Amino acid sequence: MLKRFGRTAVGLAAAAGVALGAAQAMAEEIRVLNWQGYGTDEPWSLEKFSEHTGISVVHDYFNSEQEMLTKLRTNPGAYDVVLINSAFTRQAADEGLIQPIETGKITHLNDTSPGMRENANFIIDGKTYAIPWVWGVTSFAVDTTDFTEVPTSIEELWDPKHAGRVGWRDDAVEAVMFAAIATGQDINNPSDFDAIREKLRALKPQIRTFWSSEDEWNQFMSANEFDLATYWSGSASRSKTAFGLPVEFVIAEEGAIGWLDGLSIAKDAPNPEGAHKFINWMIDPDFYVAWDTNVGAPASANEKANAGLPETSFNRAVLGDSEKVSKVQFMGPMDDALREKILTLWQETKTYYQE
Amino acid sequence: MAAVTETGAAHRRRAQRLTIFAMTGPAYLWLALTIFLPLSAMAYFSFLTDAPFGNKQAFLTLENYRAFFQEDFYRTLMLRSFRLGAEVTFYCFLFGFPCALVLAKTIRGRWREALFLLVILPFWSNALVRIFSWTMVLRGNGVLETLVNWILPGTGPLNLMFSYPAIIVGLVHSYIPYMILTCYLSLQAIDDSLIEAARSLGAGRLTVLRRLILPLAMPGIFAGAVLIFVPVVGSFMEPRILGGRNGTFIGTIIEDQFTAVFNWPLGAALSFIMLGIVLMILLIASPALRRMR
Repeated sequence: MLKRFGRTAVGLAAAAGVALGAAQAMAEEIRVLNWQGYGTDEPWSLEKFSEHTGISVVHDYFNSEQEMLTKLRTNPGAYDVVLINSAFTRQAADEGLIQPIETGKITHLNDTSPGMRENANFIIDGKTYAIPWVWGVTSFAVDTTDFTEVPTSIEELWDPKHAGRVGWRDDAVEAVMFAAIATGQDINNPSDFDAIREKLRALKPQIRTFWSSEDEWNQFMSANEFDLATYWSGSASRSKTAFGLPVEFVIAEEGAIGWLDGLSIAKDAPNPEGAHKFINWMIDPDFYVAWDTNVGAPASANEKANAGLPETSFNRAVLGDSEKVSKVQFMGPMDDALREKILTLWQETKTYYQE
Repeated sequence: MAAVTETGAAHRRRAQRLTIFAMTGPAYLWLALTIFLPLSAMAYFSFLTDAPFGNKQAFLTLENYRAFFQEDFYRTLMLRSFRLGAEVTFYCFLFGFPCALVLAKTIRGRWREALFLLVILPFWSNALVRIFSWTMVLRGNGVLETLVNWILPGTGPLNLMFSYPAIIVGLVHSYIPYMILTCYLSLQAIDDSLIEAARSLGAGRLTVLRRLILPLAMPGIFAGAVLIFVPVVGSFMEPRILGGRNGTFIGTIIEDQFTAVFNWPLGAALSFIMLGIVLMILLIASPALRRMR
């Protein structure tokens, strides 16, 4: 035990020495704000990036979009690159939290899909505020041992067959959007809130429990608590490949919730030059293919990157199916009044769930 | 001679006052810094339209307090939380008081120390670890279900996880040491000769318990009840993990406001409303309790 501790201590000291030396050799650094474990902080990629450019990358993390906005507001000039969900890009730009990107410096930009590149949330007054990075779908996944064939309808979540066997995420916006899809409404501007309320209340006998993280989802699924549960496309592929869970992700015929994450440059970034380089590195097909193959990633906004994946890969097989993807409704910006209304509706529904 | 003693006494009094000040001052300063300051910041937040971070404008408003009275579900959840607090306190008393009585009056010496250790042991483990270990016991195919089915084959699934009883079980386990410790202290202070006198005057065991032990132990029971009731009403971690779909309480809604939605003002307002109701309950209960003593 002591011996092992001694060796660890020596190793740590050596690592610290290397880190110190490295810091002296490369004074240049950039600061990135993102979800933890979401691509930008993969160590093998950062090592290569600093070999190439001499820039070391420092990370800070957030756990919700609101927290990300709060961090940008309270620490101006502290970050270079920030990951922002497209539904929040406009708000960040309006509040003056991010600055326009010099698109000429992003050499891989022309390989991204035009629909995402020209997303109305990314281009404001002719200026580009975000570069499309990855996208995915929020829908549901089924435990294939509980199903003879994979369902095609979102109504499966409401089927009495699965009473007390459905996993649901405790997130107001997501819950309301699922109900909007099931009642045939626009997820960004639902008009019939009474129908949504009814639909959410009808979930009462269905829900086993709420899940809050990918890790928890995997645990509940492997403990056989769920027949089916709402989930994210990228996570479903990780559950399947990395954890070996018998799950299948479903994009229902009624539709699904789509999200697009963009990379932006924070206002008054200390190192805008390095920020441009890093964004370009992140949408490079080389990085993406390695990320998806070794770790599991959402779908890339770069068409060349997706084409570089093996044909059997989840992102090519499921999200490459244009017929399925055409049913996906992408999340747009949401004003505070609607957000507040959705939150109240969900809390009221959760209260109704109590006996 | 008399004058000399008097100044000596005055001097001693002043020295004593200084000592008291020196001994309690740091504690009060610490309390002021750690409780009063953050709490008043939260009180201020509860009257704002927005959390005052960055260059977002915030205005003074009563809207957050009005929200509580406008939406029925806040009141439903508040009532549910108070019911949870009352039930957990009741079960803690039901199981904790006999345990304290046995510890104080029957068991002596080394055994008492060993049993005390068992009572305090849960305090030494992290609250989150305690609750997660309950999930291993209560969940489907978990320890309890396997055990029951082993003793009584064919019982089938118990379905205890993600239910209201599961929350009660977890919370009672977490808070019962408070009840045992406070009851133990007041029970131990009861003079044994009082009980002997009662017995020799012909009082039965139940009469002794009802007329003598319970009234004398009341301060301990009351202290334990307050220590349990107040935090349980605001609890959020245990309901969230053990309650599943049935785990929405005012505490979890307040937590949502702070961690998920970042509506600090509404979260603060709900907390202060809860605090107000708790204080009111204590205020109403205290004269009745004083009379009992």
